[in-house]
Amino acid sequence: MNITKKAVGFAAALCVLPTMNAQAESGELVLYCSVDENWCRVMAEAFQRETGINVLMTRRSSGETYAQIRAELGQPRGDIWWGGTGDPHLQAAQEGLTTAYQSPMLTELQDWAVSQAEASDYHTVGIYAGGLGFGYNTDLISDDAPACWSDLLDSRYEDDIQVANPNSSGTAYTLLATLVQLFGEDEAFDYLRELNNNVSQYTQSGSAPIRAAGTGETAIGIVFMHDAVAQAVQGSPIKTVAPCEGTGYEIGSMSIIEGGPNSENARIWYDWALSADAQALAVQANSFQVPSNVNAETPPQAPRLADIALIDYDFALYGSSEERTRLLERWDQEIGSLAR
Amino acid sequence: MKAHGLGHKASASWLLLLSVAVFLLPWYKVPPDGISALWESAFFHAMAGRLWLLPVIVLPIVLLVVWQQRSALKRQIMTLLLLAFGLLSLLLQVSLIGLNGPLFTSVAGLFPGASTGQTGLGWGGFLTAIALLGLLANELADSGFCKGDRFAAAAVVFVVALLGLFVFFPIIKLATTAFTNPEGGLALQAFGARLIAPELWRLNCISSEGGSCGVVINSVVLGIMSATLSTLLGLALAMLVARTGFRFTKTLRAISILPIITPPFVVGVALIVLFGRSGLVTGWGAELFGVTPSRWLYGLPGILMAQTLAFTPVTFLVLLGTLEAINPSLEEASHTLGAGPLRTFQSITLPLLRPGLAAAFLLAFIESLADFGNPLVLGGGYEVLSTKIFFAVVGARYDLGNAATLSIILLALTLGAFWIQARWLGKKSYVTVTGKSDAGLAAPLPKPLQAVSYSIVGLFVLFTLAVYAIVLLGGFVNDIGRWDLTPTLRHLGTAFSVEMGGNGIEFYGSAWSSLKTTLLVSALAAPLTTAIGIITAWLIARQNFAGKRQFEFGTMLSFAIPGTVVGVSYVAAFNVPPVDITGTMVILVICFMFRNMPVGMRAGIAALSQIDRSMEEASQTLGAGGFTTLRRIVLPLVKPAMFTAMVYSFVTAMTAVSAVIFLVSARHNMATAYIMGRVENGEYALAITYSAVLMLVMIAAIVIFSALIGKRRLGRRVPDNAKPQLSEAVSVN
Repeated sequence: MNITKKAVGFAAALCVLPTMNAQAESGELVLYCSVDENWCRVMAEAFQRETGINVLMTRRSSGETYAQIRAELGQPRGDIWWGGTGDPHLQAAQEGLTTAYQSPMLTELQDWAVSQAEASDYHTVGIYAGGLGFGYNTDLISDDAPACWSDLLDSRYEDDIQVANPNSSGTAYTLLATLVQLFGEDEAFDYLRELNNNVSQYTQSGSAPIRAAGTGETAIGIVFMHDAVAQAVQGSPIKTVAPCEGTGYEIGSMSIIEGGPNSENARIWYDWALSADAQALAVQANSFQVPSNVNAETPPQAPRLADIALIDYDFALYGSSEERTRLLERWDQEIGSLAR
Repeated sequence: MKAHGLGHKASASWLLLLSVAVFLLPWYKVPPDGISALWESAFFHAMAGRLWLLPVIVLPIVLLVVWQQRSALKRQIMTLLLLAFGLLSLLLQVSLIGLNGPLFTSVAGLFPGASTGQTGLGWGGFLTAIALLGLLANELADSGFCKGDRFAAAAVVFVVALLGLFVFFPIIKLATTAFTNPEGGLALQAFGARLIAPELWRLNCISSEGGSCGVVINSVVLGIMSATLSTLLGLALAMLVARTGFRFTKTLRAISILPIITPPFVVGVALIVLFGRSGLVTGWGAELFGVTPSRWLYGLPGILMAQTLAFTPVTFLVLLGTLEAINPSLEEASHTLGAGPLRTFQSITLPLLRPGLAAAFLLAFIESLADFGNPLVLGGGYEVLSTKIFFAVVGARYDLGNAATLSIILLALTLGAFWIQARWLGKKSYVTVTGKSDAGLAAPLPKPLQAVSYSIVGLFVLFTLAVYAIVLLGGFVNDIGRWDLTPTLRHLGTAFSVEMGGNGIEFYGSAWSSLKTTLLVSALAAPLTTAIGIITAWLIARQNFAGKRQFEFGTMLSFAIPGTVVGVSYVAAFNVPPVDITGTMVILVICFMFRNMPVGMRAGIAALSQIDRSMEEASQTLGAGGFTTLRRIVLPLVKPAMFTAMVYSFVTAMTAVSAVIFLVSARHNMATAYIMGRVENGEYALAITYSAVLMLVMIAAIVIFSALIGKRRLGRRVPDNAKPQLSEAVSVN
């Protein structure tokens, strides 16, 4: 019975495959990484060299990683989630997707990093911070450069500003929340309505505006300052601006995934990633965020938080899903509907 | 004629497989905690206390007993009932007893051994399911299903089972989130509100006040425009290649292959470099004609350009296959009867092309709806469903319910297009490949149409070459985005550096591991996708069985659902027992198989609708079974469709992005996930370099496929000896 044999062969081939799944072994760590791929790689390699634990790293954006961890809830596959903006980490903490851990390294951390841990009942912790600002293309804007949020309303920049859509980008949501805390809610929406006259497009990705500015597709991009610095270091004619009125910031975070296969190794990574040496690796990968360990050296190119008028950003309030949904719905109604 | 029970070899081998699977092979992928068994097969697990495994263990024995029955009718009915019971018990036990124990307390009371739960199925479990389905197919065939053709019945049963597991199951799992709130309650009102939200349907863009249109409107407008443009372009290309003495056919074929094998984002990036506000062409325009640089590219025009470029090759391949299969004797007859070339084209060629045109348009339309890379790079403020769905899952506000609702709309649009296509084709016959002599010479394209074709194709070629010159250049200069054209090899080094170490060659480049996985997955997925696609096409076009319409409908589902949603639903469905395959390469292969199978299937159906059944009937009259007929008669005639399916599935597996984001893991990363990370980071050069390497790999693969599959040989006259007659005929007219 030729047919049957072939059918059986085909069927057998199909089922052999699932059993090839390798099981997690004790000397491994599954790392979900949400910063730039280079940085992820540098960290993974350094950790592997130091501890002998084999790191299996997957890089995804923080939104993607959050969705992944949620989808894997039944049988978590990852051990640790390192990097990415703090809001999805806080959300994961609220939903019990991550596990609480009080690292002995907490004493070495900056206040903002510790308060991130306290706000989440030690389900997450700050590993770096980055201020919000904007960058402009020095080929396109040479004199009387913008220095403040209010300068961006100048009609000279008509059609020359890009910022992401807050529905799709955490960066743009941070801008929305920052303006609300800086000016008050109604005034913030007035500002955004006026800014809309100058905005050429609301991009989908948070860092797209500064890439566009780097290639001259737009003059000004509103982004996290370290993204603007990274563009400049790569050779783009970009100048980074910390707005004079003050600005908000993000806290890049780290969480241990609840029920991951190698929880012991996850804690080893957790402590290591908070050490000054590990945090100093960022510069090697062209990443210019401000490290959370007080002893780690802030890269010289990085915008110093001390020089920036930082607002007292309420991460708990503006990270909550109710407030987020409310603000985004108002944005959709008042700004999103105006967009071209 | 009919053999029964043990007397029949097919049933006996399935029963043997069932016994081996139940008594010898390990039932679980990894032995579950709790009770440990002497041996890992279902039999020993049941002996040790996992009593819910008993039904499948006694089944082979009971079947043997039943098959001793003398009355054929009794035997058949009892076997069918037993098999149904076996499958049902299998389905119930895997869905009721999960990783952490039974779902309901009543189950826990029935089986105390279930409290520790059970893990995903292994060899034993899967083979048991397969053996049961095989037995069922045999039994159904014996009772008249598919006119008693065992092969056809088995094909139907297995394809349905696979579709059920890998298409419906994840979709249903996800669709429930559209109708429920996060707490698990029913929330029809929220679903209704999402469905009629103004951001989906508003028509501001055509009103005088300005503003943007709803996402659904945007998607449909884009889909129709891009499908129309690419179908027309594909037609022009196909006409040129098949119906004129065009000399550069090979070059044209090669050029038109390029967009298919281009990884996502690359075309978008190249278009920006050419036509962006600070782009090359824009610069020339400003210098030569004083055109103020603007951002016209971002939005509908840019996406449309990129999509037309990307989908034209697919429509070209589909239309070329159809065009080549049209029996020239009809066109010759038209000539003989005195019709001019234009009239012949209008009344013979074009109507016969309808299945091809419909298939091409449908494919491009669906692809456009599902396309996510181009709108992401070039969309600007022009939101479409695919990007909206993506950001509903990974954006600032995680809202799986909204993503599911939007997916349902996208699905409805796709199915609507499918329905319209079926209506347009109607019940007419497009058969021109018959067993009878069809030696003839294809009519040349009428002169005016030739001119149009040539000019359209010229533009297309110029445009494609410009885009790919940028791609080629981009990988080997410092920074193409800023026109820093210093030659360099450092991008290639970063991605693909190789060092001669003590243990031979060591691959240090950051892209090696993803390249290896991508190649392996694509090479596995392509033949499997083609096989299931062509078999399904054959079932739909040639077999009659109950539930055929629903079956055909079901096959389209996986294609119509956006990749992001498929990715998330696959993780949700296959991260837990019984089918526990996330983090493996299998899930990638399976995902591609079922996403791309409709392409092979539609190409197959289009090809089969041109082939007269009489040849297959002749084969069957001469005693060949369904499988032999498929292999010896049908497959050689649908070679172009097989080639299309093979190339398409291989290439899509190498270039797909949205579905795999959630399915890749550290061990099995895919090239496009890597490229997307680079684009996000603004490292265009590295992304472009990697893309160029991928394209070379794909070209090599296409050459190999075309050598493997070979050409379809139809009995057509060679143009040379026919030329004089034809030119006479033309001059007479």
